[in-house]
Amino acid sequence: MTKSTKPLLSGHAREEIDHWVAKYPEDQKQSAVLGALREVQHENGGYLTTELMDAVADYLDMAPIAVYEVASFYSMFETKPVGRHSISVCTNISCMLRGSDDIVRHIEKKLDIRIGETTGDKRYYLKEEEECLAACCGAPMMMVDHIYYENLTPEKVDDILDGLE
Amino acid sequence: MSDDTLTIEVDGKSVEARKGQMLIEVTDAIGTYVPRFCYHNKLSVAANCRMCLVEVEKAPKPLPACATPVMDGMKVFTQSNYAREAQKSVMEFLLINHPLDCPICDQGGECELQDLAMGYGNDVSRYQEKKRVVKDKNIGPLVQTEMTRCIHCTRCVRFGEEIAGIQELGSCGRGENMEIGTYVEKSMSSEMSGNIIDLCPVGALTSKPFRFSARTWEMKQLPGIAAHDAVGSNLDFHVRRNEVKRVAPAENEDINEVWLSDRDRFSYEGLYSEERLTQPMLKTDGEWQEVDWETALYAARDRLKSAIDNKGAAQTGTLLSANSSTEEIYLLQKLLRESACQNIDHRLGQIDFSEQDRAPVFPGLGQSIADLENLDAALIIGGNLRKEQPILNHRLRKASLNGAAVMQLNSVAYEFNYALDKEIIVSSLDLARNLAGVLKVIGEAADFSTELKDFLANVELNEDHRHVAARLKEADSASILLGTLCESYEDYYTIYALAELLAEHTGACLSAAGSSANAAGAWLAGGVPHRGPGGAEIADSGKHAAEMINEGLACYLLYQTEPELDCRDSTAALKALNAAESVIVCSSFQSQSMLEYADVLLPIALFAENEGSYVNAEGKQQNFKPAVTPAGEARPGWKVLRVLANMLGLDGFQYENIDQLRAEALTTIGDIKKGKSMVPLLSAPLNQTNVGIQRISDTPMNSSDSLVRHAKSLQETTDVGDGAVHINSKLAEQLGLLESEKVRAEQNENSLTLPLVLDDKVADGCALIHARQTETAALGAWFSDIKLGKT
Ligand code: SF4
Ligand code: FES
Ligand code: FES
Repeated sequence: MTKSTKPLLSGHAREEIDHWVAKYPEDQKQSAVLGALREVQHENGGYLTTELMDAVADYLDMAPIAVYEVASFYSMFETKPVGRHSISVCTNISCMLRGSDDIVRHIEKKLDIRIGETTGDKRYYLKEEEECLAACCGAPMMMVDHIYYENLTPEKVDDILDGLE
Repeated sequence: MSDDTLTIEVDGKSVEARKGQMLIEVTDAIGTYVPRFCYHNKLSVAANCRMCLVEVEKAPKPLPACATPVMDGMKVFTQSNYAREAQKSVMEFLLINHPLDCPICDQGGECELQDLAMGYGNDVSRYQEKKRVVKDKNIGPLVQTEMTRCIHCTRCVRFGEEIAGIQELGSCGRGENMEIGTYVEKSMSSEMSGNIIDLCPVGALTSKPFRFSARTWEMKQLPGIAAHDAVGSNLDFHVRRNEVKRVAPAENEDINEVWLSDRDRFSYEGLYSEERLTQPMLKTDGEWQEVDWETALYAARDRLKSAIDNKGAAQTGTLLSANSSTEEIYLLQKLLRESACQNIDHRLGQIDFSEQDRAPVFPGLGQSIADLENLDAALIIGGNLRKEQPILNHRLRKASLNGAAVMQLNSVAYEFNYALDKEIIVSSLDLARNLAGVLKVIGEAADFSTELKDFLANVELNEDHRHVAARLKEADSASILLGTLCESYEDYYTIYALAELLAEHTGACLSAAGSSANAAGAWLAGGVPHRGPGGAEIADSGKHAAEMINEGLACYLLYQTEPELDCRDSTAALKALNAAESVIVCSSFQSQSMLEYADVLLPIALFAENEGSYVNAEGKQQNFKPAVTPAGEARPGWKVLRVLANMLGLDGFQYENIDQLRAEALTTIGDIKKGKSMVPLLSAPLNQTNVGIQRISDTPMNSSDSLVRHAKSLQETTDVGDGAVHINSKLAEQLGLLESEKVRAEQNENSLTLPLVLDDKVADGCALIHARQTETAALGAWFSDIKLGKT
């Protein structure tokens, strides 16, 4: 079959993947899959597509299903289109005891979406976060685009979210 | 006691074990049953179901028997309260999410979960919450999914990775959301995919064609032999009310282990095709009529007799399928030869018969099937082993995983489910020349005759030849496997001779297994024009298949074949048959073309309905009995031939039963030994490289014979012909053709407009058009010059 000429993986993504591949023994290329998926997801606006996962599989000589398994296992990978800014509110024990449920409810109301959904303007994605984000001393907390915000109050949340373009 | 053995105690009994064995292997060996779901002795250990927990003295917690290596002096309790408590708790967890739908589950009655739940489950569930539901996946026409029932044992996933060699199923998501599936909707492409039906311990993966058609306890299990490739896989028919409902593998470690190819598993559907011939039929004045057996047989007798009496016996001939039983073929040749006719052949795809006198007594593997696992190197020539003989390829795959160098010399870069060490992909016309190249490299350090040196003088060498030669030479145990495709080449015997010389000078084993279920039996029983049973010399040998077609005969007796598909040159075959005075057909199927050229149709028993024996590629003879009665008025072929012979007034056809017939056939054949081997002889010069485009062919796995061609579900897979012209992008560019275009294919006087597929696996200068398909039969020979152009 002929392949489309436009490469799915950018030159930069390839470089980044090669950087990870170099860290492992030659016959263990697949070890770079996490690094590869992270980079590719980043370049694609925060989520993976089947085509992109296939391209990673191809690049690392893996069966596509093996890449799907990894991508669907780890919660930091999104396999469906999501909004530009990813909001994860921790609702694990410490945060729950410190009122994380109210924070979630506040965000849901403010953005008019439920947990797991993206706003209509594709600006925010309220991610479902299952694990403790390991910042219990600052509970309740949330992570927005990889940055931690602690000791949240509804007002603080408003400031943070409104400040995102 | 060697260093390797140690002693453990199982339930108070002292047992010897080997170092490194897992507990479950030891308990299995002594017949102590430990419950399990994920463990399977042909797969890697996953230890994820925890059903096999046992008590081990001094261990702080129950240990999984499938993942606990034995240690000297270990005391194991498989039945203690402690062990049973652990097993029961695991069962309770497993049942949390498992639906209680056994009454509508096809697995019911043969379900490992159901069985073990009887022993280890509770009557009432303590679980009150919602059970999870998983959406079903469509993974193709053969395997039905019901994923809510999955217990995540991952046997099917491991099968893909470890046995099938293509990872198609995986576990996506995690925790409660984990699901087994293909992630994207996709049909499984493995030629062995059906085995996951047997592996799945629950009803998550079941047979799609069988779905909801019988309950397991209503069926009888009757043994049989697979009827498509030269392996002779052992199988069981599951029969309800005289109908084959399902086919499953029967364990035979020497042959198919516990596996079955999809073709062998699902071809039974062909038994119930609407095109079955179920009634004797006679054409009078161009009109077909259903008649009784007597009328039909007399009509057949009269036609045969009049052809022989009026035109001479040499004007009658038989083309037969090598999937027929040894007994049928023996009787057929006896009937003809007693009538002074030697025209009988099963090699319908062949055109080079030049050295047939030097061929071995029967085509075979030259080694046992299991030996293939121990090879260090193998060269596959002119064939797609993976689809032609899936089980042989599976053995070769094991060798490859152990480091063997498997190489192919082919006209299409066939995909294998393991990494090839080297592939040489050239036009079918250049195949012999490349093989000669490999031989020439060997000749550099060997004592070749002057004759052979002269023959090889002009052959050019390249690095690939050197590579293959070195691999074959350095291997302690190597094989050269001639595939089925090269049997149809015009220089087949040149390739054969070169391969034999190469084998001789590298110490490799030459194998030419043929791809039919009984190619070996057909040669042994005398299903060839130049030899009688057991390879006996014949004074005046008869016409071979191509002569019978090209020269035309007055009368044909066709046996279980559709020459318009099975013959190398379909148009020539049709022409000859239509021109013949009479055509008598013994067949299980009828087709439109058959109704046109035939005069008498005699319905005969097929596959599960038949009795007889096959000889597989190892030379192993396996008998089979009927599992069901033949469809309609069909009768076992040997009985039809017996009556026909008696009606012709021939002596020696008074068999009372198949055993008598078999005994006679086997005595006449004598020992099944390879006997005389071929003396390598290179009579024909090597092909000149041709300038035009060469049409090449291969037979997709599920088009190989009439039974499988009528098996409905297999016809829905991708392993069937697609009626297209496949060329590589280089040739497409030269010709200025685009993939979306249709292309005009001209082969001799015939031409067709066909879809074009760009496929870089096809060798340069070649156009691959699948063989044995009605859509392209009108083009003629499988291998030939061809012209391609815009429409
Ligand atoms: S589908 Fe069957 S074989 Fe596959 S993981 Fe589930 S239970 Fe096991
Ligand atoms: S519980 Fe929220 S950060 Fe640990
Ligand atoms: S059989 Fe041992 S854990 Fe599954």
